[in-house]
Amino acid sequence: MVSPVGVFAEDLVNFIEKYFGWLLNLFKDILNWPLDILGRVLYNIDPMIFIAVLFIISVLIVKRLIAPILISAAFYFIYWMGYWDSAMITLNMVLVSALVAILMAIPLGIWSARSERANPVIKALMDFMQTMPAFVYLIPAVIFFGLGIVPGVIATVIFAMPPVVRLTNLGIRQVNKEMNEVADSFGSTEFQKLTKVQIPAAMPSIMAGINQCIMLSLSMVVITAMIGGGGLGQDIVYALSRVDVAMGFEAGLAVVLIAVVLDRLTQAFRDTK
Amino acid sequence: MGLNKSVKRPIKAIDDRFNSIMKAKMCSTRSKVEKPLRSALSNFHASHNYGKSYDDIFADTEFPTDDNGDRIALRVRNLSKIFGKHPEGAIKLLEKGMSKEEVHRTTSNDVGIYDVSFDVREGELFVLMGLSGSGKSTLERCMNRLIQPTSGQVIVDGLDITSLDEDVLRMVRRKKMSMVFQNFGLLPHRDIKNNVAYGLEVQGVSETERLQTAKKYIEMVGLSGYEDNYPSDLSGGMKQRVGLARALATDPDILFMDEAFSALDPMIRSDMQDELQKIQSELRKTIVFVTHDLNEALKLGDRIALMRDGRIVQIGVAEDILRNPADDYVSRFVREVDRTKVLTAGVFMRRPRNILYTSQGLRTALRIMEESDRNTMLVVDKKNHLAGMVESDDVLKAVKSGGVLEDVTICDVPRVKIDTPMKDVIQMMVTTNFPIPVIADDNTLLGVISPSVAAEVLGEGGDI
Repeated sequence: MVSPVGVFAEDLVNFIEKYFGWLLNLFKDILNWPLDILGRVLYNIDPMIFIAVLFIISVLIVKRLIAPILISAAFYFIYWMGYWDSAMITLNMVLVSALVAILMAIPLGIWSARSERANPVIKALMDFMQTMPAFVYLIPAVIFFGLGIVPGVIATVIFAMPPVVRLTNLGIRQVNKEMNEVADSFGSTEFQKLTKVQIPAAMPSIMAGINQCIMLSLSMVVITAMIGGGGLGQDIVYALSRVDVAMGFEAGLAVVLIAVVLDRLTQAFRDTK
Repeated sequence: MGLNKSVKRPIKAIDDRFNSIMKAKMCSTRSKVEKPLRSALSNFHASHNYGKSYDDIFADTEFPTDDNGDRIALRVRNLSKIFGKHPEGAIKLLEKGMSKEEVHRTTSNDVGIYDVSFDVREGELFVLMGLSGSGKSTLERCMNRLIQPTSGQVIVDGLDITSLDEDVLRMVRRKKMSMVFQNFGLLPHRDIKNNVAYGLEVQGVSETERLQTAKKYIEMVGLSGYEDNYPSDLSGGMKQRVGLARALATDPDILFMDEAFSALDPMIRSDMQDELQKIQSELRKTIVFVTHDLNEALKLGDRIALMRDGRIVQIGVAEDILRNPADDYVSRFVREVDRTKVLTAGVFMRRPRNILYTSQGLRTALRIMEESDRNTMLVVDKKNHLAGMVESDDVLKAVKSGGVLEDVTICDVPRVKIDTPMKDVIQMMVTTNFPIPVIADDNTLLGVISPSVAAEVLGEGGDI
């Protein structure tokens, strides 16, 4: 039997679906747009050209040769194992969901850092979002948005947002008092203080949040295969259902390789700043 | 809850309904949004003109003067700052004569400063000094309203800072005053030139112009060549030079320096004090300098205000405080001072009131000397470097025979450095009868010690 709590949740979901269906569709369309654009590039590009471009980009970011060679080798290995198409779907989802999560989370983080009233509310919300088991997000995502890539991205965005919000908030709050006094004493407007002093000073913390966000996105994107997210996650779910050790290991290894590459790149980007 | 029941693919009907609703919404919101947006934009532009310009702010204010006719750059009247909720109760208790501790015990309010009044003259280096917790930093921050005072007034050029609205206050902070911080407060993500240009940047000065100005002030503090370095590359002393350059770059009238040299090593601190004196002799800013170091206060301050428990205990020139301490607290404070180091020429020198310039004509010189009733007078060049001294008889002769001031200038004048002990100065005075000039290392004239001062010091007997 289901208790009144569950019944209430179900009623709420039905209510939202009935009266805010148009809004949910709007979300879906908005999210489809970047997925489509990036997808068109990633799905059609020749693997070798992709690897070459990745090499150049990572040389520019890391400014050394060894790491870029390993990064390129990792992607070539994925190609060689035969998981290229899946990997591109996963990469598309990770990049779009991380981007959306960051775009939403940084303003939220700034808001909670600068408003004592908003802070406890946002903090509680982030606690809730972070502690809720990742699988649970799949349920409303499926109910509101059906199966496919978009609901997967939405669940991922929710799951990956908290660290950016928290670390942006923390970074700005930790800007020392004297720095804020400098901004004020020279007659900065609040906006100038934020953009010229607080955000640049909080940048290391914000970049750490972005790094975390990308890592969480990747782990969540794999889970969203359960609602038809596709990509490497789908291969893993498929392997799981058939107890196919070989395929499960290969797909899992591909996920790990992508994770390592993304982690190195974002960390190097943070250090160069 | 059955998952299957709830899974619905979005059906076409919903899509269609959504489209029609959105279309209607877009039309109605456009007209709703546009109007307020436009008025907000025009407000934004208006607020950037701040209704009135910076010059307008001070147009109808009157520059106060003191009894001697000196202009008062900064006037503080009955200023109090009580931290905590409901400060009115605490103020009432203070009025009854309760001490800071008693007020804290009964109301749990902290007394920052209470009933502080003083004037700072234009071009003066005014030192606020006291132990930590005496309220000196709070007082300074009330003067540019980084801390909002509870009551009282801070009057800058006749304008009460405490009652300004945000926009006007911002403008006053941009142009009229700036601040040097104890821990330098440099922005770590900006290179030196952009740190120095920060104040100009927030004013909206163009990039080329502000970097040019920044370069000028970086040169002034002796950091040429470090424009493109980052704060993390610099030592403490260099960092504070940047802090000083940044504060000067907006060309403010008033400079607030909060324990500016306290975080530096003793040697570097001494260098920075000299540097500040040199810059001050060129720029003549009004400076409010906070320190807990009495030696520093005596060395730098034209006048010193000693603070204790949020109140000013004594205000005066260095000699006053050393010789006539107002109470036990001050005299205990003063006793700690290393007298041989403190009683130097720098403490006893006065700013030269009347000096001649090498470029002046003989007749002008003679008139100035007659007006000020002096037989001898110091002569400096354009850069304020000491050229020598002239005697009125010589000038008179030269006027008759026709010549220039330089011809009659006696170059070989006894001179002392700022840290020369008074002992030595007095020995010199025995042989001459003229005021002795005090100079910086590069021969810049900083002040004079008049024979009357020496007599006073001698009169005190074995003190030195």
